Amino acid sequence: MRRRDGGAPGDAALSARLLIEAAGPGVTIQDEGRFGLSRYGVTPAGPMDLGAYLAATRAAGADSAIEVSLGGMTIRAEGATLCVAVAGGEFDIRLDGRPMPPACLLSLAEGARLVLRAGPSGAWCYVAVGGTLAFAPALGSRATHARSGLGPKPLAAGDALTLAEAAGAPLEPLALAAPWLTSSDAPIRLVLGPQADYFAPEEIEAFLNARWRIGARSDRMAYRLEGPAIRHRRGHDIVSDGVAMGAIQIPGDGAPLALMADRQPTGGYPKIATVIGADLGRLAQLRPGEDLSFRAVDWDEAVAARRAYFASIDAGATRESLGAEMTTESLLAENLVGGVVNARD
Amino acid sequence: MDDETPRFLDCGEAALSVEFGDSVDPAVNARVLALDERLRAAPPAGMRETTPTYRALFLRYEPLEISRAALIAAIEALIGPAGVEASQPAARWTIPCCYDPEFAEDIGEAAALLGQTAQSIAQLHAGADYRAYMYGFAPGWCYLGGLPQALAIPRRVSPRGPTPQGATLIGGALSLIAANPMPTGWYVVGRTPERMFALDRTPPFLVAPGDAVRFEPIDAGTFLTLDARACAGETVARRETLL
Repeated sequence: MRRRDGGAPGDAALSARLLIEAAGPGVTIQDEGRFGLSRYGVTPAGPMDLGAYLAATRAAGADSAIEVSLGGMTIRAEGATLCVAVAGGEFDIRLDGRPMPPACLLSLAEGARLVLRAGPSGAWCYVAVGGTLAFAPALGSRATHARSGLGPKPLAAGDALTLAEAAGAPLEPLALAAPWLTSSDAPIRLVLGPQADYFAPEEIEAFLNARWRIGARSDRMAYRLEGPAIRHRRGHDIVSDGVAMGAIQIPGDGAPLALMADRQPTGGYPKIATVIGADLGRLAQLRPGEDLSFRAVDWDEAVAARRAYFASIDAGATRESLGAEMTTESLLAENLVGGVVNARD
Repeated sequence: MDDETPRFLDCGEAALSVEFGDSVDPAVNARVLALDERLRAAPPAGMRETTPTYRALFLRYEPLEISRAALIAAIEALIGPAGVEASQPAARWTIPCCYDPEFAEDIGEAAALLGQTAQSIAQLHAGADYRAYMYGFAPGWCYLGGLPQALAIPRRVSPRGPTPQGATLIGGALSLIAANPMPTGWYVVGRTPERMFALDRTPPFLVAPGDAVRFEPIDAGTFLTLDARACAGETVARRETLL
């Protein structure tokens, strides 16, 4: 078994471990991101869906989380009962076979198995374990940026994560509910620019009116948007400048790319618009093949949405006991999961 | 574009690009770096991080702490009515570089394209004074202005294979030191034993944006000696403080 840390063997405080029994491609550890070094070419990385990440880490009392891709993950606790919070897309989650709601807080007893698989919707979910992962940050952060080799390698079957100060008492599983964790078909809001002037008004209109589809080769670096080609009026090369998460870059072929958490810190194609902070998580949770549309807002509206989004996150998710209503929800989950399996056959 | 007043371009609601020009130009870059220095010396409330690039300063901020208008006013006050002064390099680095063909894989190809010899490319490249305009692409990839006109070379149509660690490259009107192996459209004309980025070294990055840079030609034997020392964590480039 690979050790993923420099923990001192035999230290009682480090005896709690999270065992990764299975992990699909693209399952990584993330914290809020590696900030402050973009001037040296360092990508921030961090979670694709910050709201879901914060819901999981705050519920569990964790300083980082495992970001689970559509490839799914299976984990088991060793040496202690671990406090685990899950939040993100609507994944299919089973605790020793028992269906759990897609956002939940639970105790993972020694030997118990938590299985996370792609569910009816959503592309990422966050698994936060109470305590501190016992490995040193790289350049001040524990976030994985696979392309530059910073942070831990993507997780794989056989990995074991040691926890310093594993926190959490046994509890009955609770459902977490929060407005920002529910999916919505509302258009993704964006602010035009910084290079909207590289596009004629009718091209901007075409961009805003189009129905877009998330392309197959989308990942933590960029989401490809399939739809009409967007033409430049002033050429497609610009002198490289800084890139925000959510920037919609239009390269020479006219096919937009939404630049996400693992983007390069600078780029040399015109950026027609930038997705607002409050909608980045919703964009991130779209899967390849799913559709979306955009709506342009001004700075004031973007800031109002940001204020509401973070106020809601700070107010926290509500905790509900699973109780009787979970029975219905479990049945529903079974049906939906069955549907997904059939669709793939 | 107006030379005095930068453009303030929204990059979403929480970042701003302060654009001083639209070309790679030493005077434009000097204004970017000067604003970067002033903002870092006295950061306005809500400012999170600045990223200098060739012709614009990218600035992340928290709009729940400062409005866009207040931030722009704070930046304009730093620029001043006469326009921001040009920044001067705070330090000069002398970076050892081996131009032997064994360490300069593309120098023959570049020589053929430029109508020069490998030797004249090495002399011109090592004889110039550079300035670190910006980092980009990947950690420790340092883009240098000041390449002699005679070495300006169109980038490749399709990228070459991964460069060696420490590759010194030319492309367009720029030179570049690449920290780690990556495919590139530029031409490898030399290689430095210095680590532009070393995670476990303090500091992990040596050259700061705005620093002056020179290359010191070294032979293959010296390269190997310095490479072993750099590998052991020693800094083999030399730094002089200028300000």
